[in-house]
Amino acid sequence: MNDWIEVGTLEDIPRQGARVVRTAEGDIAVFRTLDDEVFALRDKCPHKGGPLSQGIVHGRRVACPLHDWKIHLDTGLAVAPDEGCAARFPVKLLDGRVYLSPKIESRTVAGTAG
Amino acid sequence: MLVGNGMAGMRTLEELLKLAPDKYAITVFGAEPHPNYNRILLSPVLTGEKQFSEIVLNDDAWYAEHGITLHKGKAVIEINRRSRSVRAADGTTAAYDRLLLATGSSPFLLPVPGNNLPGVIGFRDFADVETMLLAAREYRHAVVIGGGLLGLEAANGLMKQGMKVTVVHLPDALMERQLDAPAAKMLKKSLEDRGLEFVLKGVTKEIIGKNRVHGVALEDGREFTADLVVMAVGIRPNIELAKKAGLYCERGVVVSDTLQTYDPSIYAVGECVQHRKQTYGLVAPLFEQAKVCANHLAHFGISRYEGSMTSTKLKVTGIDLFSAGNFTGNDQTEEIVLQDAGAGVYKKVVLKDNRIQGAVMYGDTMDGAWYFQLMRDGTDVSGMRNKLLFGQAHLGDSGHGDIKSRVSSMSDSTEICGCNGVCKGVIVKTITDKKLFTLDEVRAHTKASSSCGSCTGLVEALLASTLGGDYSTTPKKKPMCPCTEHSHDDVRLAIRSQSLKTIPAVFRALEWKTPDGCNKCRPALNFYLLVAWPGEYADDNQSRFINERAHANIQKDGTYSVIPRIWGGETTPAQLRSLAEIAEKYQVPTVHITGGQRIDFLGIPKETLPAMWGDLSQAGFVSGHAYGKAIRTVKTCVGKTWCRFGTQDSTALGIELEKMTWGSWTPHKFKLAVSGCPRNCAEATIKDFGVVCVDSGYELHVGGNGGVKVRATDFLCAVKTPEEVKEYCAAFLQVYREEAHYLERTAPWVERVGLTYVKQRVAEDAAGRKKLAERFWYSQTFAQVDPWAARAKGADRHEFIPLKQIA
Repeated sequence: MNDWIEVGTLEDIPRQGARVVRTAEGDIAVFRTLDDEVFALRDKCPHKGGPLSQGIVHGRRVACPLHDWKIHLDTGLAVAPDEGCAARFPVKLLDGRVYLSPKIESRTVAGTAG
Repeated sequence: MLVGNGMAGMRTLEELLKLAPDKYAITVFGAEPHPNYNRILLSPVLTGEKQFSEIVLNDDAWYAEHGITLHKGKAVIEINRRSRSVRAADGTTAAYDRLLLATGSSPFLLPVPGNNLPGVIGFRDFADVETMLLAAREYRHAVVIGGGLLGLEAANGLMKQGMKVTVVHLPDALMERQLDAPAAKMLKKSLEDRGLEFVLKGVTKEIIGKNRVHGVALEDGREFTADLVVMAVGIRPNIELAKKAGLYCERGVVVSDTLQTYDPSIYAVGECVQHRKQTYGLVAPLFEQAKVCANHLAHFGISRYEGSMTSTKLKVTGIDLFSAGNFTGNDQTEEIVLQDAGAGVYKKVVLKDNRIQGAVMYGDTMDGAWYFQLMRDGTDVSGMRNKLLFGQAHLGDSGHGDIKSRVSSMSDSTEICGCNGVCKGVIVKTITDKKLFTLDEVRAHTKASSSCGSCTGLVEALLASTLGGDYSTTPKKKPMCPCTEHSHDDVRLAIRSQSLKTIPAVFRALEWKTPDGCNKCRPALNFYLLVAWPGEYADDNQSRFINERAHANIQKDGTYSVIPRIWGGETTPAQLRSLAEIAEKYQVPTVHITGGQRIDFLGIPKETLPAMWGDLSQAGFVSGHAYGKAIRTVKTCVGKTWCRFGTQDSTALGIELEKMTWGSWTPHKFKLAVSGCPRNCAEATIKDFGVVCVDSGYELHVGGNGGVKVRATDFLCAVKTPEEVKEYCAAFLQVYREEAHYLERTAPWVERVGLTYVKQRVAEDAAGRKKLAERFWYSQTFAQVDPWAARAKGADRHEFIPLKQIA
C-alpha cells in the first residue's frame, strides 16, 4: 500500500517544470509536463547527482542542468546511449491535487523506455 | 520495399527507422550474398589493411532486430507497377506500397574484343575484391585500365598483394577529373616510386587471351602481359530495372528534389539516380539524399534535396591528396598556389569574389576539410587571403594549430575531451565498434566534444582519420536540433516574416516534430522571439536554462553563486563593507574575485537567494547577469585619472557602456572592456567588444575571445567621441543579437559572416548603424529591469521554495 501524502495542487507546479518535495531521505522532484502529466523522481541525476528538478522539461523527459543527461520521467532511466536510473516515486492526481508516496517504486523496470 | 542492399538504400532505411520506426513493414532485396557493408572501405580490404568483417555495417541480426525481411543474393528482375510488386530472379515475389530503388551502379566495361574473358573484372563489390585477392595469389601480372580514383586504389591494392601492375590511362594525366596537371604529375611520380607503371594516352585495342586473359594490346601496337585486367574507366548507373518498368531514365533514374521518380510511389537514391542532371558516385551526397528521402517516406514532407558539393580523397596509404569544387578555374577566378616540389607539397585554391570555388592539394591535405567547409558556407576569405594556404593552424588560434597531424601522432591514452575525460583510444574504438559516421553520434556515445566544444576539431579529425575522410563533416544547412529540419536562419526569418510571436506558434507554423521541443531549441526560440518582438513577447521561463530562470549560477552541489554588478569594476569602501556584511550574514562559504572585476558569493542555497538579493538591492546592487547569455562585464583600467600613460577616461567610459548595455539578452555571453591606452591592461582585444583609448580618440575592436579558443579581436574602426563609441557598440550588439545563432559567440560569428560584413553594417553604413542602435536602445527600455529586486519582492516565488516539506 502506498502512503499518499498531498503535496500541493497541480497549479503549484509550472507546466513544463518541476517543484521539490523535501523529505528526511532527500529531495524528490515532482514534474509536470505540457500535457499536465505528473511524475516524481529522486532529485538526483544518475550521472553526478545533479538536481533534476532544475532541468528543462520537454515531452516526457528532463535534461539535467549539470551535464545535460536526459532522463525519462516515466521510467527514471537515462536516455540512451547514457545508462543509469533515477528512483521513481508513486504520484497521482486527484481533483487537481497532487499526491505523492515517498516510498521508492520498484527499481527494476521492464522493457525499454519509450 | 527496398531494392538494393547497399549504402544509400540502407542509410535511407536507418534514417526512416529513426523518424518513423513503425510506419512500414520493410522488405529488402540485395543481389549480393552479403549483408550491407561499407563499399568505400573495399580498398583497405584489398590491400589487407582491413578484414571484410570489419566493414560490415548492418549484420543479419540487425535486420532481424528491426523486423526487416532480407532477401540476400536475390536480384530483382522485374517491377510490376500496376500490381505494385517485384519479382526476383529466383521467382520470389513481394508486394509494396512504397518502393525504394537503390540499385547502385556497375563498372563500365570497354567495348573491346576479349572484354568478357575470365580474369577481366571491374572494381565494385566484394566479389571483385575476392577475385583480385585470388589472382594475386596465383598470378604475377596485372593491368588496370583507368587511372582515376578507383583504378589507382585497385592498382595500389594489387601491388601491395605482390603483383606487378601497369596502369593504362586514356588521358594524359592521372585522375584528371579530380586533379590539375601539377598535382597529377606529383601523384604519378610518387606512385612510380612505389613500383607502379603507367601508360598515359594509352588506347586499349583488345584484351588478348583464350581461356583466360593473357595480355592487353594497345592501338599503338604495344602489348602488356596480364593475368588479371581490372577495368576502372567509369561507372554506369544501374537503370535497366527501372527502364523495364517504364520509369523515365536518362543517364540515371530521374528523380525530383524529394527523390521521387516519375511514379510517385517509387523513390530512388544513390548512384542509380540522376538529380538536376547530376549523378553522384561518392558517399556524402548519397547520405544527404538518404536523409531527405527518409523524411518524405516518413510523411514529414518538409525537406528537399538540392544537390551536393563533393570532395575527393584518395585512399592510398601514404599519399595525401584532396580536391573539391571547381579547381581548374576560369577567366573570372583567381588562384592562390603554393608549390614545393622538394617537399612534395602542392596546394591550389581557386577564388571568385574572395570566396573559395575549389581546391586541389597534394602532399599536405590537412586543411582539405577546412577549405571545403569555407567553400560550402561561401565564407568571405578576404581577411585571411595572405595566410589561407598555410592552413587553419596559422589563423592565430593559439594552442589549437595543426590539428590533424596532432591527432595522428597522439597515443591512444591521450585525452581529447578535457571536460569529460575521453581519450583518443576510446573515441576511435567507439567509432569503429558502433559504426559511427557523424560528430553528433560521437558526442552521444562518448560525450567527447559535448560540453565546451573546444575539442570538436580534434574529434572531427579523429572521425575523418578513422573513417577514411570520405564523410561529410556537417551538412550545409544544419537543422537547429533534432526537433526540426529548419536551420537557425530559417527559423529567425520565419519568426519575422510570418509574425510568429510565441513558441507554440513557431512549432505550429514550422511543423516541429516534437510537441514541445527540447532543451536545445526552446531556449533558442525564446531568445529569437525576445529579440524580434521587444516589449511584446512574454518571456517563457520554462524555456530558459536554470541559471537564467533562477538568475544565479548553478554549482555542482545544486547551490548557486551570486555576483552583483560592479559598474566598470570600480567600487567604494562603503560598497565593499555592505558586501562583507551580507557575506557574513548569510555565512557565504567562499568569496571569490572574478576575472571580470567582480565579487562572487559561492555556495548559496536556492531558498536563500531572494533574501540575499533583497539585502543587495537595499545596498544599491543589481544583478550582474553572470549566469546568463547576456551582457556580462565591462572591464576597465583606471585610465588617465591616475595612470601616467592613460590617454582617456577609460573607467568613466566603461561605466557608461555598462549602464547602456546591462540587462540585454544576447545569443551567448557578451563581455566588454575599455583600456586607457594601447598597453591594454583591461585586455580589450580578447573581448566581444573592446575599446582601446588612444590620444586621438577610441579604437573599436570586435569578436575577441579569451576562453575556450583564444582569439584576438578584429579592428573595426576608430572613432573620436564617447558618444560614437556608444552608438557603434549598440549597433554592433544589435546586429549580433538579430543575426547570430543562439549560443554562437561573437568570435565564431564574425568568422562566419566575415569582418567585411560587420564593418559594412556597423562602420560604413551610417544610416543603418543609427537604426540598429535605436533598435537596441528601444529593446533596452524593456530589458533594464533588475531581476533580483523583482524576485526579492516576491516575483516567481514558486521557483525558490520547496513545494512541500515532509518531516
